[in-house]
Amino acid sequence: MASITFREVEGSSPKFWMLFGALGLFVLFGALAWNTMHHYGHVVTGMDNQIVWGLPHVFAVFLIVAASGALNVASIASVFNKPMYKPLAPLSAILALALMLGGLLVLVLDLGRSDRLIVAMTHFNFKSMFTWNVFLYSGFFVLVGVYLWTMMDRTVKTYSKAAGTAAFIWRLTLTTGTGSLFGFLIARELYGTAMLAPMFIIMSFAYGLAIYLMVLAASYAWTGRTLGDAVMMRLKTLLVVFVAAVLYFVVVQHLTNLYFAKYHAVEAFILRDGGIFTVLFWVGHIALGCVAPLVILLSRLGKQRTWIMIACALVIIGGLAQMYVTIIGAQAFPLDMFPGMNVKSSFFDGEVHSYTPSVPEIFLGLGGVAIALLVTTFAVKVLRLLPVTLDDETVAKLEH
Amino acid sequence: MSEMKQDSENAAVSPERRRFISAATATAAGLTIAPGVMLYEVAHGRPEEQAASSAVRWGMMVDATKCATGCDDCVTACSTENGWTPVAESKHPKQAPQWIRKLVLQDPLTQMETNLPMLCQHCAEPPCVDVCPTGASFKRADGLVLVNRHTCIGCRYCMMACPYKARSLVHESLNDTQKPDVPRGIGTVESCTFCVQKIDRGDGTTACVEACTASGHNALVFGDMNDPESEISKKLRELPTKQVRADLNLNLGVRYHGI
Ligand code: SF4
Ligand code: SF4
Ligand code: SF4
Repeated sequence: MASITFREVEGSSPKFWMLFGALGLFVLFGALAWNTMHHYGHVVTGMDNQIVWGLPHVFAVFLIVAASGALNVASIASVFNKPMYKPLAPLSAILALALMLGGLLVLVLDLGRSDRLIVAMTHFNFKSMFTWNVFLYSGFFVLVGVYLWTMMDRTVKTYSKAAGTAAFIWRLTLTTGTGSLFGFLIARELYGTAMLAPMFIIMSFAYGLAIYLMVLAASYAWTGRTLGDAVMMRLKTLLVVFVAAVLYFVVVQHLTNLYFAKYHAVEAFILRDGGIFTVLFWVGHIALGCVAPLVILLSRLGKQRTWIMIACALVIIGGLAQMYVTIIGAQAFPLDMFPGMNVKSSFFDGEVHSYTPSVPEIFLGLGGVAIALLVTTFAVKVLRLLPVTLDDETVAKLEH
Repeated sequence: MSEMKQDSENAAVSPERRRFISAATATAAGLTIAPGVMLYEVAHGRPEEQAASSAVRWGMMVDATKCATGCDDCVTACSTENGWTPVAESKHPKQAPQWIRKLVLQDPLTQMETNLPMLCQHCAEPPCVDVCPTGASFKRADGLVLVNRHTCIGCRYCMMACPYKARSLVHESLNDTQKPDVPRGIGTVESCTFCVQKIDRGDGTTACVEACTASGHNALVFGDMNDPESEISKKLRELPTKQVRADLNLNLGVRYHGI
């Protein structure tokens, strides 16, 4: 097997510093947003006692789910022993860590008492899915960290497969756990489905890979290294499979729900009468997030790199729309405490709850994304994560 | 400061009076069953070093046929007793906490209207306690579901889990309406406590129930559901009642008649 040279990014071009600065600016805005929320309380957000998880949760859950998916490329390399993916694995691992970090930060900084993080780390209720997720997330950092180490340090290389397998199993459990955060909420109709956990897993594959592809292409383009079509096309095909699977799962989920009478009202809400949620579902998630990327990637457009990037961006936008519908749409739909009755109260019972994200929430969410990208950029610069070249010839040699 | 003093004076005087009244009923009630326990638990309150006992299960019965249109005396009484700002006075009504609220149900077919208060149902199997990551949400032995304001991190998972929307997050800094015996705090979650401070003082009832009785509507009854001779147990035996979302099987501490 041909050997591959990994190298950190040398020199500091102005382009690099500009990227670094821009991301840093967003991190700063995120910090300011958190400071405002922490100082004034959640009154400065669009959240209230009806919509209790808002835009920060959309970003946080999206990033956490995508983090698990970003590890896919590394898993294919080590667990499924595909040599072509081996040179792509270190970036995949670092991206997974960075996205997870960004997501967790947003989640934690959106707590009503983010200053009590230490309480969350020392008081556990093992019946709570949240508690289990704290362990799953910490374990993720450790396992993926070890895995990355086995890939980069020749002396421990023999353990790479074991570490990769452990990380692979762990992150499947982790995404199941994230999905179950919602699945355990018996009161909310939209979450009353066993499909939530497997759906989160398949979504994580698609979102994670889309982000990976964009980061990969950008790092090679901006460092002037060669990234051949062989790699791009292979990953593109994979993305097609994942996006198609997401579409399939979403269709099946809604069809099964329509079959059960008790879900009719909430289904009608999401699919037909939900206003912004209906638009986000059909236009954001289905049309832009699934159908459009599939059309692009499967048609002749999918041979051009720009279009592949557009497809990836659409998958990401669709993913955010899906999280918005799943997390906020489910809360906007009124709880049905008295079936068949019209309900009125000072607490907005019986009406669809409105939610408008506020500026601090938007910047807190974007801050998480910025942290993830900043960590990735920095790591690529100082660590030997990227192969010097991934031209078709080098890649072809790997397969023999 | 003067408010504090007045409060402690009230606390010193009123339980005496109430104790006398409830002792009279409890003696009659308690003697046949477990005299010692009854007198101690209900009539004298609970000394600080003694833990709440599972021999008692506090509960409330709501007679929706008596709950009056336009009356919200229970809501006002709760806000006064527990120190949360009434929604109408709040600067941010959409985000203001509401421990108890009046619901008006209307049957779309017959146009019949039903009034009832909605509050924490003090579930015996509380989903809010199950999901709470830090254990801040907890159920006391006597059935009260409470939030420990020192360990609540404000994650709001319990609000997502509660089928009755009984909980509120304190969205902004609190003003000076706070009561010394009702701890609250920005960024933490709160809900009806069944007036735990009154129960532990030995009042044996809650502010909302007192207010409802005072208004003459008599729609609310509070008491020990484990004691077959308590007023609430007798009422529950007499009248058909329902649990809201009984399909969830949470074994609620609040039962409704006439819904
Ligand atoms: S009504 Fe809601 S807050 Fe009260 S105990 Fe039940 S689940 Fe918890
Ligand atoms: S908001 Fe507080 S009481 Fe509710 S689940 Fe979170 S930590 Fe527990
Ligand atoms: S029992 Fe006390 S805390 Fe609960 S609603 Fe009534 S007055 Fe408020």
